[in-house]
Amino acid sequence: MTQKAKVTNKFVIKNDDLHHLFEALSNDGYKIIGPKVKNGVIAYDELHSPADLPEGFIDKADHAFYRIEKTDSKELFNYNVGAYTWKRFLFPPHHKLYTVTKGENQLHFTPNKDKVKKVALLGVRACELEAIKIQDRILAEDKFVDAQYTEQRKNSLIIAVNCTTANNNCFCTSMNTGPKAGAGFDLALTEICDNKNHYFIIEAGSKTGQKLLKNLPTTEADEKDLAKADEIIDQTINMISKTVDTTHAKAALQENINHIHYDKVAKRCTSCGNCRMVCPTCFCTTVEERTSLDGETAERIRIWDSCFSKDFTHIHGGSARPSTRSHYRQWLTHKFANWVDQFGTFGCVGCGRCITWCPLGIDITEEVTAITDDVASKYEERAHTHENA
Amino acid sequence: MCKTNHELPAVSHGDNVMVPEEFLIDKIRKNTEDTFTMDLVRLTKKEPFKFLPGQFNMLYINGVGEIPISISGDPSITDYITHTTRVVGSVTRGMRRLKINQTIGVRGPFGRPWPIKEAVGNDVVLVAGGIGLAPLRPVIYHILKHRKKYGRVVILYGTRTPDDILYRQELEQWRGRFDMNVSVTVDRGDNSWHSHVGVVTKLIPNAPFDPLNTIAMTCGPEVMMRYTAMSLIEMGLPMEHIYVSLERNMKCGVGLCGHCQYTDKFICKDGPVFTYDQIKNIFNKREI
Amino acid sequence: MKTLEPYLAEHPYFRGMESRHIELLVGCASNVKYDAGDYIFREGDEANHFFLIRHGQLALEIFRPNKGGIVVQTLSENDVLGWSWLFPPFLRHFDCRAVELTRAIALDGACLRQKCEEDHELGYEIMKRFAHLMEKELLALRLQLLDIYNVQN
Repeated sequence: MTQKAKVTNKFVIKNDDLHHLFEALSNDGYKIIGPKVKNGVIAYDELHSPADLPEGFIDKADHAFYRIEKTDSKELFNYNVGAYTWKRFLFPPHHKLYTVTKGENQLHFTPNKDKVKKVALLGVRACELEAIKIQDRILAEDKFVDAQYTEQRKNSLIIAVNCTTANNNCFCTSMNTGPKAGAGFDLALTEICDNKNHYFIIEAGSKTGQKLLKNLPTTEADEKDLAKADEIIDQTINMISKTVDTTHAKAALQENINHIHYDKVAKRCTSCGNCRMVCPTCFCTTVEERTSLDGETAERIRIWDSCFSKDFTHIHGGSARPSTRSHYRQWLTHKFANWVDQFGTFGCVGCGRCITWCPLGIDITEEVTAITDDVASKYEERAHTHENA
Repeated sequence: MCKTNHELPAVSHGDNVMVPEEFLIDKIRKNTEDTFTMDLVRLTKKEPFKFLPGQFNMLYINGVGEIPISISGDPSITDYITHTTRVVGSVTRGMRRLKINQTIGVRGPFGRPWPIKEAVGNDVVLVAGGIGLAPLRPVIYHILKHRKKYGRVVILYGTRTPDDILYRQELEQWRGRFDMNVSVTVDRGDNSWHSHVGVVTKLIPNAPFDPLNTIAMTCGPEVMMRYTAMSLIEMGLPMEHIYVSLERNMKCGVGLCGHCQYTDKFICKDGPVFTYDQIKNIFNKREI
Repeated sequence: MKTLEPYLAEHPYFRGMESRHIELLVGCASNVKYDAGDYIFREGDEANHFFLIRHGQLALEIFRPNKGGIVVQTLSENDVLGWSWLFPPFLRHFDCRAVELTRAIALDGACLRQKCEEDHELGYEIMKRFAHLMEKELLALRLQLLDIYNVQN
C-alpha cells in the first residue's frame, strides 16, 4: 500500500484556533459549559473563552482523596473528570414542575413553561458520555419521559474530549465505557500537545457536529496524527490501574442478597449520600412543595434525592429500608445487577467519583469483588456446565 | 416479566406527566372509623376517565403532598372516579379534611392491572385483607358485569373487627347471589358477630375452587399476602396463577423518581400487580 | 360403624394411617349434631372427646365478666376441634358454642387415650398428627395476634 489512505472524517484544529469553536457556539446561542478551576477543584461551569480552561492542571484522585496541581504543561484537558458531573446542567438539582394557585374553592395547576437554555458541554469524557446515554434511556426514552430532561437534551450539544490520562480511581476499561468516546457525541476532540505542536484531532458524530465543523478552520488529519491519537488512548489505557471483573457480578449480587460482606461495609458507610451526589447515572428525585407565605400559591419542585436516606422508602409510618446496610446493598445491587434488568446496561460507568468523594473511601470495585470472588466458584461451575451441555 | 395482554388506557398528561389535572370532589362517604371514599369528577375535560382494575392514581392534596391511591370504583363507569382511602399519615389526614367541590390533583391511571383477561374461563379466588379490598373491588364489579365468562368466584375477606369491615353492604349483597361465594372473617369478634373469627388464610381450604384452573388475586398487608400465597400453593395453585399487589413510597408514579424500586422492579410501572412467581425470592427477605 | 370408616380414612389428619388403627378410631367414633346456640362444652369440663367437623361452624369462646362470651376463633368444615383430651388434667380451656347447625364426628378421647397407652404405634401416629395440627393452629393464631390490619404503631 503505497498510497496514503485519506481519512476524510477526522480533522485537525490548532490550539490557537480553538477560540473559533467558542465563537461558533456562542453565535448559535449556546451557553458553553466546561471545566474550570474553581474552589480548589476542576468544576464544570460557564466558559467564555479557551482562557477559562484549566491549562496545565492535573487532578490526583484516590480513596477519599482529591487534589489538583498546576504543571508547566500547556495541555488544556490534562485532568480526568470534574469533581461533579454534567448532570446539574441537563437534569438540575432543583427544578420547578408546576405552580399551584388557589381559586375560590378550586386549585389550578400551571406547568412550568420556562424556556430551556441551549447548552454546549465541552470536555465530556467517554465515561461521562456513556452516563448521559444511560440517563437518556431512563429519562427520555421510556414509556413516560421527564419533560425537562427531554427538552434540555434536544437543546444540548456534546463535545467529547478523549482522556489523555487516568487517575487511580478510573476503571472505565472494566466497564467498557472508555477511555475513547463512543457514539453519541456531536463533536469529539483528542488533544495532542508536545514540545513542538499543540492541536486537536476533531471529528463530528452528528449532523449538528458536521455543520459546526464545516465552519471551523481545520485541515484534514493524516495517518501520523491518527496514529498519535491512538497512541495516546493506548497510553491512557495503560495508566488505568483499577479493575473489576463484572462477568458474574449480576448473578452473584442478585443471588446473595444477605451476603455477610454487607455487614462489613455497613460498619464503615455512614449513609452520607456523597456517592449519589457525584454519580453521573443516579437519577432518583423527590417532589417538594414550597408554599407562599399567604398560602395562596405553591410550587412543586423536583429535587435530587438519595436512596441512602431513611425517608426514601418511608411508607405508613415506617421505612422499608431503614438500615445503612440495606442502603449500601441497594446502591451496589442497583449499579451492578438490577440496572441490567431494568435498562440493559450496568448503572456504573467507571468514572471513580464515588471512590474519590466517599469520606470513608469505600471503593465500589472492592465491594463488588469481595462478593463476586467469594461466590465465584459456584458461577464458574455453572458456566462450565452450560458449556458442556 | 408478567405480560398481561392489555392495552393500558392512555394517561392524559399533555407533554408533562408530572403535572396533575384538576378534579372536583363530588361525593364523600365514610366507610369505617379511619376509611373514607371519594368520587371525583373532571373539571376541565369532558373525556371519560378510563382505567383497568388494579391501577392507581397519584392524588395531590394541596399543602400536604401527593400519594398513590388505588382506584376502587367500577371500571365501566367513566364519568367519575372512586378512591377509598385509609388515613395513615399526613397526606391522607389532609385528604380527609377536604369537602365537596374542592380540588384534588389527579395523575394517572398508572400501573399494571389485575389479570382479568387471564382469569377468563377459570375459577377466581380473591383474598383481601383490611383496606386491600379496595383495589380488588373493581375486579369484582368487572366480573359481575361479565359473570358468564368466569367459573366459580370466591371472595375471602379478613379484617380486624366487625366495625372495620369495608363495603359491608356490598359484601352482604354479593354473598346473597347464587353465583358468588363470599366469606368474611375478623381477627377479633364482638357480641354482634356471628361468623368466622380467625385469620383469613384459614378460609382458603374450604373455599370451592379448582386449584388447577384458578386465578387468585390477593391484596392486603404484606404478611397476609405472603401467607395467603403459601396457603394457595399448598392447595395446588401454580405460583404463576397467584397475583399480589405491592406498595412502596412513590413520588412520581411513572418510573422516574426511583423511590418504588423493589430489586429491579419499579412497583409503579412493572407493578403494582405481580405474580407470586415473579417476587417469590424476595418477598420474604428483609429491607428490600 | 362401617359408614364412618371411609370418612376417617380420607380425612386430612388420619390419611395414611394403617387400616387397623383406622378401625380402632372407628370403634371410638360416633355421629353428633348440635343446634345453633348449643354448647358443645364449657371451660373446666372434662375433656373426653375431640371432634371432626363435617358441616357447620363452632366458636371457641372465653367468658369475660360484664362482657359475656368473646369468640377467639371459629372452626368450620374439616377442622379438628379439641386437643385437651391428650394432656392432663384433661380439662377444657374454652367454651365451645355451635354458631349454626353443626354435624360432627365425636371421637371418644378417653377410650383412645387408653388404646394409645396399650399400642404405642397408634399413640405415635396420633401424636404426630396432632402435633402437626397444633403447628398449623399456632401459625394461624400468631398471624391473628399480629393485628396486621392495624397501621398505628
